[in-house]
Amino acid sequence: MKPGHGDVLLAEGDVDIVADEERLVAEFRRQLDEGMWAAVPTSDAAGRHEAEMVRDFSDIPRGAERVIFFPRAAGGCC
Amino acid sequence: MSLGFAAFCGAILGLLSLAFGAERRVRSRRRVAGLNHLHPRQPEFDPLREQRAEEKAAELLRSVIGEKNWGMYCQLGFLRVRGGQSDGYAYLVYPHRPLVAYDESSGELLNEYCVGFPDGSDPEFGTRLPDSDDVLAKWMALTGDERSLIADANIHLPGRQVDPEQVRRDLRRLRHWDERSIT
Repeated sequence: MKPGHGDVLLAEGDVDIVADEERLVAEFRRQLDEGMWAAVPTSDAAGRHEAEMVRDFSDIPRGAERVIFFPRAAGGCC
Repeated sequence: MSLGFAAFCGAILGLLSLAFGAERRVRSRRRVAGLNHLHPRQPEFDPLREQRAEEKAAELLRSVIGEKNWGMYCQLGFLRVRGGQSDGYAYLVYPHRPLVAYDESSGELLNEYCVGFPDGSDPEFGTRLPDSDDVLAKWMALTGDERSLIADANIHLPGRQVDPEQVRRDLRRLRHWDERSIT
């Protein structure tokens, strides 16, 4: 998510391919180092949608299709 | 030796000239723009760019929150997210406005939580996310880690920024929407 853009694709790949996974891990760390939060959208069989906040690449559920990075929350910025 | 010295002098002059030139350009820009350094430049507003960004953000929001929540957002202009710390309370999530917590059974307004997601990574585009991205950020943070989000928010009594009458109207609209979506 970015002002003036909407969402921007940062990286994509298959975690079962070592080179892809290394690239995804590097981008994940870069985003968190820049102060972004990361969330994985989830849904269950009952159609309930939620998000799971992730702080480490290993926290990402194996079958996750995407990770969404967004700016860290700041109080008083409404 | 003398040739080397001449070359060295030329390099110094060149550097000074660049430095003075740059300083002169800074000064003249400040004269033209008045007290520019006291008032940082506002990003140029481009309505088409903002519209495209909002369309992309809306697509992303829809794909993440599911069709039912998307219908709620399209028809009502806000989302309801049920609180996870105990039963019986929920939040109304508006774009670029505080979260409003309320008691689901009585409709009593509990608190406003003022929280934003400013992105300063590219000053050319400002810090404000598109509306749907702001809603999605709040939705993800609330459903993913409500406690941390609320800890980061400024907490106020109801009515500080969001008109309580408007919230009550929205709660009535939400009740009707719930009734229609059940039938």
